[in-house]
Amino acid sequence: MTSISMTSTPSRWQSFRRSTAGKVLLTPKGGIAGAYLLILVLVALLAPWITPYPFDAQELSIAAQAPSMAHWLGTDEFGRDVLSRIMYGARTSLSVSITAISVSVFIGMALGAAAGYFGGMFDRGVTSAVDLSWSFPEILIALILVAIIGPGLTSTMLAIGVAYLAQFTRLTRSQILSLKNETYIEATLNLGAGHFHVIFRHLMPNALAPVIICGMLATGDAIILEATLGFFGLGAQPPVPSWGAMMSAGSALIFKAPWVIIFPGLAVAVTVVMINLFGDALIRALDIRAKLREG
Amino acid sequence: MLSYILRRLLLLIPVFLTVSIIIFGIIHLVPGDPIDNLNRIGSSPEQRAIIAARYGLDKPIYQQYFIWLSQLAQGDLGNAIVMRRPVADLLAQNIPFSLRLGGAALLFSTLLGIAAGTLAAIHKDTRIDRSVMAGILLGSTLPSFWLGLLLILLFSVELGWLPVSGARSWQAIILPVLTIGLGGTALVARVTRIAMLETMQKDFVMLLHAKGLPARRIQLRHVLRHAMMPVVTILGLRIGWILGGAVTVEFVFARPGLGTLLIKALNQHDYPVMQGCLLMLAMAVMLGTLIGDIVQAAMDPRVRHALT
Amino acid sequence: MALLDVRDLSINIHGIRPLDGISFALDKGEILGIVGESGSGKSLTALSVMGLLPLIGGRIERGSVSFDGRDLTHLPENDFRKLRGKRIAFITQNPMTSLDPVMRVGAQIDQMATLHLGLAPKAAQARSIEIMEKLRIPEAATIYHHYPHQLSGGMKQRIVIAMALAADPDLIIADEPTTALDVTIQAQIVDLLAELVRERGVALILITHDMGVVAQICDRVVVLYAGRIAESNRVDAVFAEPRHPYTSALIRCIPREETAPGSLVGIPGAVPSVAHYPNGCRFHPRCERRGEPCGAIVPALAQPESGGELACHFPGGAA
Repeated sequence: MTSISMTSTPSRWQSFRRSTAGKVLLTPKGGIAGAYLLILVLVALLAPWITPYPFDAQELSIAAQAPSMAHWLGTDEFGRDVLSRIMYGARTSLSVSITAISVSVFIGMALGAAAGYFGGMFDRGVTSAVDLSWSFPEILIALILVAIIGPGLTSTMLAIGVAYLAQFTRLTRSQILSLKNETYIEATLNLGAGHFHVIFRHLMPNALAPVIICGMLATGDAIILEATLGFFGLGAQPPVPSWGAMMSAGSALIFKAPWVIIFPGLAVAVTVVMINLFGDALIRALDIRAKLREG
Repeated sequence: MLSYILRRLLLLIPVFLTVSIIIFGIIHLVPGDPIDNLNRIGSSPEQRAIIAARYGLDKPIYQQYFIWLSQLAQGDLGNAIVMRRPVADLLAQNIPFSLRLGGAALLFSTLLGIAAGTLAAIHKDTRIDRSVMAGILLGSTLPSFWLGLLLILLFSVELGWLPVSGARSWQAIILPVLTIGLGGTALVARVTRIAMLETMQKDFVMLLHAKGLPARRIQLRHVLRHAMMPVVTILGLRIGWILGGAVTVEFVFARPGLGTLLIKALNQHDYPVMQGCLLMLAMAVMLGTLIGDIVQAAMDPRVRHALT
Repeated sequence: MALLDVRDLSINIHGIRPLDGISFALDKGEILGIVGESGSGKSLTALSVMGLLPLIGGRIERGSVSFDGRDLTHLPENDFRKLRGKRIAFITQNPMTSLDPVMRVGAQIDQMATLHLGLAPKAAQARSIEIMEKLRIPEAATIYHHYPHQLSGGMKQRIVIAMALAADPDLIIADEPTTALDVTIQAQIVDLLAELVRERGVALILITHDMGVVAQICDRVVVLYAGRIAESNRVDAVFAEPRHPYTSALIRCIPREETAPGSLVGIPGAVPSVAHYPNGCRFHPRCERRGEPCGAIVPALAQPESGGELACHFPGGAA
């Protein structure tokens, strides 16, 4: 590839098309999903400046009104604008899920790499802990944690992080194990390189792509988990807008104002589907389906 | 076979102990005095003394664990703080509802999932396959409680065909089963499809074609039978997920059951009830895995013979 | 008229052509050997005759396959299916993986009689056990109820052969029936096949990479290399004077006592993959006799006076 690009000096367009980003974004799935996710992130970041109404502006005279020109997605039981609250909710959902999953990916990679590389008692301990939590549904793990810490966004984040930790640890460990015995690793060690150097310069870069994609797909599940906890009243506490909490409040109004439930749920559903489509396009572009299966 | 089952049960003991330690630990990990956590706030010194004696709170923590465990073995899970009844009674009252819902959802998603997966595998790379796959993606990504709410909106509010909530009539179970079943169906369909496609590549399937058997018969009698083994394993592993789904969905439909009880306990900080529910759910997950393994062993003559 | 007549067969799998211009014929009571290393297209020839190419995404592109006077290339699948197993039977390469692991072996033989002969289950069972006994399967009535994993490789292969015989076929195609077995069992299976042909007068296509087996039981032989015919002739003539250098090489590496069974130590290099066929004669990069035209011009498939067919610029022997 490099020799081709050096001799024929391709246009920027061509080199973009050959890059991973190009391979993802130029497929219909990857392009649409990528565009949606970009807009969603922008909305979440810019919510305070672009929402039509403040998220907590109550006006009881217009409570539970159907979608109209003034309120595109209607109003809730306190007369708050549903669209504005969904836009703010994106902030909560995304920041909680992304933070929790990022920390979880980071810790999972460290645990998995150490377990896979050093083996021995540490590996056995990590592996049995991972197997144990692997066999329980994430929602159950999350509920146990909420039981201990109590409801709220912090415990939601912690619950998400712990619930998915096993997945990342397991995947990193299997990646490291499959690379560890390659001859070039041994050669590097024989040349006097330290374990730290080998892990971070040689093993981790190869394990990175599958684990990050796995983390991305888990972010989709985490958004659902966050919404579920919110729906149970165990996540974001009022008046912080969150998609799950909005539906929780809305379920009391199911006869009177179904839009209060429908639209936040739609936001969750579409976001999760888009994350999955984007992840799928990324897996295809990087051709790592087999690696993900190993975990 | 019997010795295999016994061996698998023995293997579950350390898992059970670990899980029980975590669940026991809830009382001590939550902020505040365990006596307060096990009792209603503002209770009299006498009541506090009763609680302390009952749980052995003056003893070292490992002894407290064994006291708790031996009481558990006798079916004594303590008293609910807010609901003010023995936890065992509450569980006994709620478990049948969850079992009925979980069982019906399991049956529904197994049958529908196998049918959909088979359909997709037989028509690989056609429009049928792609529609099933799209359904699978939706089924595994839609939040189940939202789906439940939408179903209520459609069938109960708009059409008025089915009850909104509760568990008083048999029709009341239809929407919850549909809600949980969709996720399970997606999972079973995906595993069935992949397992069938992999089996179709095997030598013995080629020979079945060479024998002149009709393609449909090969697919439905031989390939599907083979593909069922991974499906059973996955189903066993995922019984917990289906129960997890039950937790959410019971709450949405305001049905009595373990899930509703657990959420209520979580919101009311009723720790003994929380412990009881979590313990039951965890045991259901373990038993599910066990049953999946046993059924798979019974289905495969190779495993069956290796065990006897 | 020959029982099976394959003329100028070329097939297409996902846009590539792994078989190109294959012709051969055989009659009842005859044994035809198809020889070559792996990658020569032997198994694909078998699949083409069986009409099973669609299973691996292939189709017949050119040429004809006629069986008992009927052109099979345009036979509708439903008619072809009734031919498969009943009139053309197949014995697969690996008995370890060829039987349905979750079905009793007897029931797998029964399928043939119930499907093709319309026998009732009881009658089919009696017939299956009878065939198993004829194939010298000890305690056939007990083995009948066993699952494949309970049997040895040689026994499984006998079950596959019993299955092939169950509907009284006219033609049996055996694709490397002995490769996966122990040397001693190999000889038994080969003898068994030869005996069947003599007793029942069926036609047998034996696919193998072992010229030794060919010398032992075949009447005629087709040598394939990289999807094309190198040469074909009567077996005695081929062994008396191999004309194609590839044939000579194959004969040279007949496994003897001291070599590992099935290994082709005699010919350096390997069969090129379909995507990398060389120009000219496909064997020329490995050929000891290659000369000027070999790398550029494809040698025509000629019918020399010494019999059969031959495609070589520098034939050896009497040609």
